[in-house]
Amino acid sequence: MFQTSRRKNIIPGFGLTFGYTVLYLSIIVLIPLSAIFISTASLSWQGFWTAVSSPRVVASYRLTFGASLVAALVNAVFGLLTAWVLVRYRLPGKRIIDALVDLPFALPTAVAGITLASVYAPQGWIGRFLEPVGIKVAYTPLGVVVAMIFIGLPFVVRTVQPVLEELEKDVEEAAACLGANRLQTFTRVIFPALFPSLLTGFALAFARGVGEYGSIIFIAGNMPMVSEITPLLIITKLEQYDYAGATAIAAVMLAASFLVLLTVNIIQWWSRQYTER
Amino acid sequence: MSIEIRNISKSFNGFQALGNVDLTVPSGELVALLGPSGSGKTTLLRIIAGLEFADQGSILFDGQEATRHNAKERQVGFVFQHYALFRHMTVFQNVAFGLEVKPKKERPSKAEIRDKVHELLRLVQLDNLAGRYPAQLSGGQRQRVALARALAVEPSVLLLDEPFGALDARVRQELRQWLRDLHDEIHVTSVFVTHDQEEALEVADRVVVMNRGQIEQQGTPEEVYEHPANPFVFNFLGKVNLFHGRVHDGQLHSGDSSHVAAEHSTASNAPAVGYVRSHDIEIGKTAWDDSSVPAQVRAITKIGPLVRIDLAHLETGEAIQAELTREVVQELSLVKGDHVFLRPRKMSVFVGDYQI
Amino acid sequence: MQISIPVTKEKTSASQAHLTEPVAVRLLLIALALGFLSLFLFVPLAAVFAQAFEKGAGAYLAAISEPEALAAIKLTLLAAGISVPLNLVFGVAAAWTIAKFDFPGKSLLVTLNDLPFSISPVISGLIFVLIFGLHGWVGEWLFEHDIEVLFAVPAIVLATVFVTFPFVARELIPLMQSQGKDEEEAALVLGAGGFTTFFRVTLPNIKWGVLYGVILCNARAMGEFGAVSVVSGHIRGLTNTVPLHVEILYNEYNFAAAFAVASLLALLALLTVGLKSLTEWRMRQQMSSE
Repeated sequence: MFQTSRRKNIIPGFGLTFGYTVLYLSIIVLIPLSAIFISTASLSWQGFWTAVSSPRVVASYRLTFGASLVAALVNAVFGLLTAWVLVRYRLPGKRIIDALVDLPFALPTAVAGITLASVYAPQGWIGRFLEPVGIKVAYTPLGVVVAMIFIGLPFVVRTVQPVLEELEKDVEEAAACLGANRLQTFTRVIFPALFPSLLTGFALAFARGVGEYGSIIFIAGNMPMVSEITPLLIITKLEQYDYAGATAIAAVMLAASFLVLLTVNIIQWWSRQYTER
Repeated sequence: MSIEIRNISKSFNGFQALGNVDLTVPSGELVALLGPSGSGKTTLLRIIAGLEFADQGSILFDGQEATRHNAKERQVGFVFQHYALFRHMTVFQNVAFGLEVKPKKERPSKAEIRDKVHELLRLVQLDNLAGRYPAQLSGGQRQRVALARALAVEPSVLLLDEPFGALDARVRQELRQWLRDLHDEIHVTSVFVTHDQEEALEVADRVVVMNRGQIEQQGTPEEVYEHPANPFVFNFLGKVNLFHGRVHDGQLHSGDSSHVAAEHSTASNAPAVGYVRSHDIEIGKTAWDDSSVPAQVRAITKIGPLVRIDLAHLETGEAIQAELTREVVQELSLVKGDHVFLRPRKMSVFVGDYQI
Repeated sequence: MQISIPVTKEKTSASQAHLTEPVAVRLLLIALALGFLSLFLFVPLAAVFAQAFEKGAGAYLAAISEPEALAAIKLTLLAAGISVPLNLVFGVAAAWTIAKFDFPGKSLLVTLNDLPFSISPVISGLIFVLIFGLHGWVGEWLFEHDIEVLFAVPAIVLATVFVTFPFVARELIPLMQSQGKDEEEAALVLGAGGFTTFFRVTLPNIKWGVLYGVILCNARAMGEFGAVSVVSGHIRGLTNTVPLHVEILYNEYNFAAAFAVASLLALLALLTVGLKSLTEWRMRQQMSSE
């Protein structure tokens, strides 16, 4: 099939563009990235294990993955809600709100970090209302969750929104004609149709949270064992010239993010089984 | 259950989709709403279903007021043009849906639901595909699943929106006959929308011809085909040839020929048009009487068992199409360019300059 | 913000209760969504500008025009100015190869293309430390020849190119795949050459997609923090980009100045989302007019 399609293809430039793509990809991404694996491979198993399993590192995994999970769940719920409101309801300024949903993509993480830290600080715009009721956000693990919610916010909205827009109205009408009430229509007809995209958005938000650095370090307080995230630990190790330790932890994180990437691909493959007609 | 539609009007953003429509669908009949796109037929169907609400007028089901009831309350079965099957559910789950969403006290037991679904799937001849997903079915199969799903809740009225519109010609033909047989079996009051006159004439007990938000004519297929109420219906139900002229003392004069127009015996020299179906045109080598029209053969096209003859009216230049059987064409040994005479076997004359 | 559910105009859909939710539910959902967005989006955004001007316009102007700030801006522009064109050319080439041809390993290529997205920025920086650091692959050689890469401008540029690598390609690949190759084939059959075909047929079809990718690529290039932070060495006036400059000001408790400089980046972000929704709108228009 490969042979015939290439012979039949009259469009020029395959050699040039394919060659350039592979070359550039190799120089910019693949060769540098292999540095991590080669460096990891040169570590002794003992050294690797010590580096990735010390209590401080394990505490950082727990915080990073735990907070990402919580943030991704919050984003799944409110991202779905936001997408729903943006697609289904009429409200003034909708286009502006819709555009602003992308802000966490576009706003440099350092800016997000210092802003969230100051807004959620005890004297901050929002923090001052939370302080009296005993909720401390800034400089606690909760702050990490807040920052991760911010940076993960667009993912669920942007994966669910197009699916919701393309959902045929007649399917909902069919459910109504068959006697389903609105809640039944949502839970049994609409939600299952949105679920694969919701899961994808959740996984992307989770992955983004795990790797995030800039927006978190300002609000987290960075106390070892309490509010120190894994990416920060990598930097700390680097500053102590512990390259081996930094590399080992990075390898663990890379493996985790590849796992998430794989999951997303599987979800998409699985959901395509329904949607392709 | 009978359906009564009284003086229904509906507009969308200033566009009048339906204007003062009255219609009665007797209990147990299979009725076709026939019309071109934009004629309001789908809007009318959706208003009957409770998917749209009329701006004015009322709807009665079995004499009971139902105008403000929504789709859920009306308990109608609706089959959508593009089936609207639930993609993430199997065929079985699709059909069972209407039973499973019933309130607890009305809901049948699991076993009853299973039996009912399988019974319906047998009825639509899909029992062996119960575990498939809609994406794995052909168009005709999906349509039958949609029908079984609509029937599962035992609706008192079955509504179908262009039920065969998305299918290819052969499957459409099969499903038509099948729908007719099914209706004869279950006798549920049914209304279907179509823009295909053949479909309407073949399947329905009654045909309602619609145009521009109005009902042009309703009656049995025979009535509307044989006695079209106006030029629109005449034109919409099949190929038609026009003879322009003037009607006087019950005679239509078109060119040098004249034709009987008994229904217009009082008209005096009024502009009129005679409508003749292609298969109602006779062709001969010699003139019969003063209803004969001289013409020249422009083209001869064989279409299956029939032959289409394109002619030019020698006096007015108007194009005329006739459909003859192969035998007749052979007997006449027609060739392109022949000068012949033609005669309308049956003509309907309408006074005034109708625009179609 | 005032929310009005136009009751009169939606009378038809209000009576179509089976196809939407009761008004109370709708209002609740809208309120919840807006509340969520306010807590995490609108309030922080407003806070950036409020704090930037906390000490008045004079302090604001001083903060963004001091030499170190200007040097940071210059470095940021340089990094973006190099990485955006490089990744633009790559994006077009990759999209052309992937969308117009079939070859084995195509989906692998698409997946590899997205790699930099799924890697923590800190790790992206670490990669270059491992290569160019004193104990890295070429670190010693560079040191002997007195070439500075790490903790200098080259590493900053490299890290920026790495993290912004997929942006243009990501936008163009699905766009060009959906457009197929009929138009190009038609042009070639009519006798146009490869480059003519590209510039006169392909490019007009993908121009909004290209712009879209460039906008996103640029935003990330100017805003990247983690990766650049690892490789920069934080030398004031020399290897500080704008985001790094913000960090330093903030850590020195010079909040007003930090937010003043941050507000520049926030403005850039607003401009980015504005342009993004504009190009999205244009793309939709182009699609619907076809």
